[in-house]
Amino acid sequence: MQYLINVIDSRSNSGTAEEAVAIDAFNEKLRAGGHWVFAGGLADPTVSTVIDGRGEEPIFTDGPFVEAKEWAAGLWVIEAPDLDVALKLMAEGSKACNRRLEVRPLLPER
Amino acid sequence: MVATLAKRFGNLDIAEEGAAEAFAIAAEHWPADGVPPNPGAWITTTATRKAIDRIRRESTRDARHREAQLVYGTQPEPLGAIDDDRLRLIFTCCHPALAMDARVALTLRMVGGLNVAEIASAFLVQDTTMGARITRAKAKIAAAGIPYRLPAAEDLPRRVSGVLAVLFLIFNEGYLASSPDSAPVREELSAEAIRLARMLHQLLPDDGETTGMLGLMLLTDARRSARVSSDGELVPLAEQDRGQWDAVLIAEGHALVRERLASGVTPGRYQLLAAINAVHTDGDSPDWTQVVALYDQLVRLDGSPIVRLNRAIAVGERDGPEAALALTDALEPELRGYHAYHAARADLLRRVGRTAAARGAYDAAIILAGNSAEIAYLTRRRDEMRRD
Repeated sequence: MQYLINVIDSRSNSGTAEEAVAIDAFNEKLRAGGHWVFAGGLADPTVSTVIDGRGEEPIFTDGPFVEAKEWAAGLWVIEAPDLDVALKLMAEGSKACNRRLEVRPLLPER
Repeated sequence: MVATLAKRFGNLDIAEEGAAEAFAIAAEHWPADGVPPNPGAWITTTATRKAIDRIRRESTRDARHREAQLVYGTQPEPLGAIDDDRLRLIFTCCHPALAMDARVALTLRMVGGLNVAEIASAFLVQDTTMGARITRAKAKIAAAGIPYRLPAAEDLPRRVSGVLAVLFLIFNEGYLASSPDSAPVREELSAEAIRLARMLHQLLPDDGETTGMLGLMLLTDARRSARVSSDGELVPLAEQDRGQWDAVLIAEGHALVRERLASGVTPGRYQLLAAINAVHTDGDSPDWTQVVALYDQLVRLDGSPIVRLNRAIAVGERDGPEAALALTDALEPELRGYHAYHAARADLLRRVGRTAAARGAYDAAIILAGNSAEIAYLTRRRDEMRRD
């Protein structure tokens, strides 16, 4: 299965150099174990743009789709056989990036 | 059997429905046609066939092919594997990624075999609410990939403690129901919790905390019939008729506590609580020095305010109410919303003759208490003081 992991944050651009080092080491571990799919940091939600392309002309709106006290500051997509493996791995990931994480399964391909 | 099928098919719904269909067929045919030579095997085989039929009906062609391979590729399980399946099911139902109320409901449904209506009435919610809660939990297990697997050895103590928390919650709701609308003691819930704890103890005989939990439940349940008077009032431990206690359960509980003591392994939380209850049920009156010593150990493991309150009450029995009052003063900020804090204070204040303060504490306890027998007891105590 694949899981999306959202990195939960409430402050803008709050990552530190130590955290970056720990995250790199953790990502190496994901690669070595065959769990790596993708990871990346996200820009602040205030710079996002909402698109509605359902009508004749697409409509672009400044800002995130939902205003919240907390948001995703980064994400992983990992490969894991089940939730127990994902939770165990990402408990280490949470320590490495020094943030709470949300683990969410990707729907299986049909 | 649901456990065995669940493991084979990786799906609780299919397992449950297969088992239900098999039992329905047995109920219809066995009275007329006679019971087959090996009823257990007959039920399992029939349930498996019904589950496969269901998968065939509901699957797309590709998925059907995959499932069929899975089903026919599985060798018949040796007998001991049933125990493993049952454990797997317990760990799945009590998975930490599920909300506590979902764990409780799922455990009663899948492991305990209670139906949705029974569980709903036990927790005073609508059938549809409870049904939805169970359906949601099962959907999460399937969609989030919660595995039917025994936890790795290094995770086992933590996962077992998660299971024990579920069993303890079920037991406590039976032992001291939290709603004024329900009967004060819900025998069916505490009995079910004991049955599940016995099962877990049988499956994990060397797990000290599981042994402790079973001992704790037995020593508590042994006093059940003495705990509520004929007028529906809670009877405190010191005033209970010890002749009404269940001697068989007490003997069994004491044996479990002794077994843990003999192991020489440092006891965990439930083992200490069991040991405290063993002291309470030993001889004609408890040895409070020993009770305080056990609470001292417990506070080191679990310094929560409720544990410190219980320790203070034990200190009050050993050293007198003034000593206990001094200890409870410090707990006020954390426990002012907890009825047992005010009930304990009320009793201590009454004993030192601070009548007005005691009355106030009884009032606070009565407002916060949920259990009808407890409210009846506290009210009588308060009103007796008014007459003084």
